[in-house]
Amino acid sequence: MSITVENLTKIYGSQKAVDDISFQVKTGEILGFLGPNGAGKSTTMKIISCFISPTKGSVQLDGFDINKHSEEVRRRIGYLPENNPLYTDMSIFDYLHMSAALQNVSEKEIPDRIKQMVDVCGLGPECHKNINELSKGFRQRVGLAQALIHDPDVLILDEPTTGLDPNQIVEIRSLIKEIGKEKTVMLSSHILKEVEATCDRILIISKGKLVADGSTEELKARSSGTNRLLLQIEGEGVKEGLLALDSVAQVTPADEHGKGSWFVDIKTGRDSRKEIFRLCVDRDWVLLQLTPMQSSLEDVFRKLTIQSEDL
Amino acid sequence: MKHIWTICKREVNAFFSSLTAYIILIVFLAVSGFFTWLGGSGDLFFVGQASLNTFFGIAFWTLFFFIPAITMRMLAEERRSGTLELLATKPVTDFQIVIGKWLASWLLVIISLLFTLPYYITVANLGNIDHGATIAGYVALILISGVYTSVGIFASSLTQNQIVALILSLFIGVFFHLLFGISASVLPDWLSGIAEFLDLQFHYSTLTRGVITLESVVYMISLILIGFVLSTASLRRRMWT
Repeated sequence: MSITVENLTKIYGSQKAVDDISFQVKTGEILGFLGPNGAGKSTTMKIISCFISPTKGSVQLDGFDINKHSEEVRRRIGYLPENNPLYTDMSIFDYLHMSAALQNVSEKEIPDRIKQMVDVCGLGPECHKNINELSKGFRQRVGLAQALIHDPDVLILDEPTTGLDPNQIVEIRSLIKEIGKEKTVMLSSHILKEVEATCDRILIISKGKLVADGSTEELKARSSGTNRLLLQIEGEGVKEGLLALDSVAQVTPADEHGKGSWFVDIKTGRDSRKEIFRLCVDRDWVLLQLTPMQSSLEDVFRKLTIQSEDL
Repeated sequence: MKHIWTICKREVNAFFSSLTAYIILIVFLAVSGFFTWLGGSGDLFFVGQASLNTFFGIAFWTLFFFIPAITMRMLAEERRSGTLELLATKPVTDFQIVIGKWLASWLLVIISLLFTLPYYITVANLGNIDHGATIAGYVALILISGVYTSVGIFASSLTQNQIVALILSLFIGVFFHLLFGISASVLPDWLSGIAEFLDLQFHYSTLTRGVITLESVVYMISLILIGFVLSTASLRRRMWT
């Protein structure tokens, strides 16, 4: 089941939380929704899961519109809200039973579904405990279990790994990956590593605007545009010499990396390392360092979200 | 319908699994029981008649305070803890949520009232009780509980804070409980008729006398329904603000 979001805008009072966002999530895709806190991730997810209405724009799930077919949409979505709210006074079993009943799972199938969820989410021994006795990691699994209880086609997870320890994060991640094989998953996060590890595609949102959309590799490539080298050279007239090279786009001093260091931006699709080496030999410079700088997703993120703040 | 029942069942279970609930229940029964049986002048022995009128008069007041204590958490707590988001994103309408919560609270009040049935049995053994009037009295209590429950749910839908919800529902309730009745005696004639009709005590006392009139029943049911509509609208407001 695919999600189509078109020109989505949400205005709270005078503040634009989401500003004219459009994107599509294809069936079976795991989409990472990335952005700094307060960028509009949760708002977008709340709109898709029919908790709030958009000010403008539309969201459709395979033709079901969130305004016109709200109930149909909600039936097909499994939603884990931010901060994972739960009825802490209930036992896991009762809670899942209730969630299943509210999701129109037939009374006959409920025990089987619960058993399945307990297996998938690894809730086994805790099943009859009250939710308020559970650790954060287990609560998160309960949250996932209730989102999955009716076998939804679409899964919307708002920051599914906040507050978990590294081991739990790895577990939840692999759980999401497993689930994502058959379902359309949209998960939000402000942690890049997480999105990089789990998602096929990444949307970056900042100040309510979509600033990037693509696979991890695409985004890295797009943001750098040029490749960057870190050079450390002893010699005279280095900057001018480097700039004279055909493949070099820009040379900026990088004294924080040591005396005589430069960042050299190479034009896309070119490799100037050999040229630089020959240049050094010709001019009798001493080449102390030549390091290719790979731009991480982290750089992309910072670049994109800070840029949009300047706008 | 199934969803309403699912929500209702959860609330009833939640009530009986919390300690505060029992405290509220005990206080309600203790206060009502004390004034009915031991309160001095006006208590059942003082009146010396085999009727539960004393109890009905007192329950009118104790329920007024008891019901908001039950309803205050119903929606306010859902808002505060964020579970409203879970509930409202299931294929459940806001109206069903409101009805489920109302039904749960109302059932809890009715269950509490069941604990006063021994009064009925006792008095029936002490003398010739008017069964018709007593049953009418209980019907009146149950109806009026429905109204205050509806008011309480509405108050609870307005805020995240249970105490605010409690105070709000007492504030709204006091108009129907007392203020319309008082104003009926001071307002000019044409207005006082309206105020008297709005006064719940007026309808309640008619009912407890054993006179079940259509207008009283229709009035109370209308109040309950207005509460539903307002509560639903109040939940719905989240969509647009």
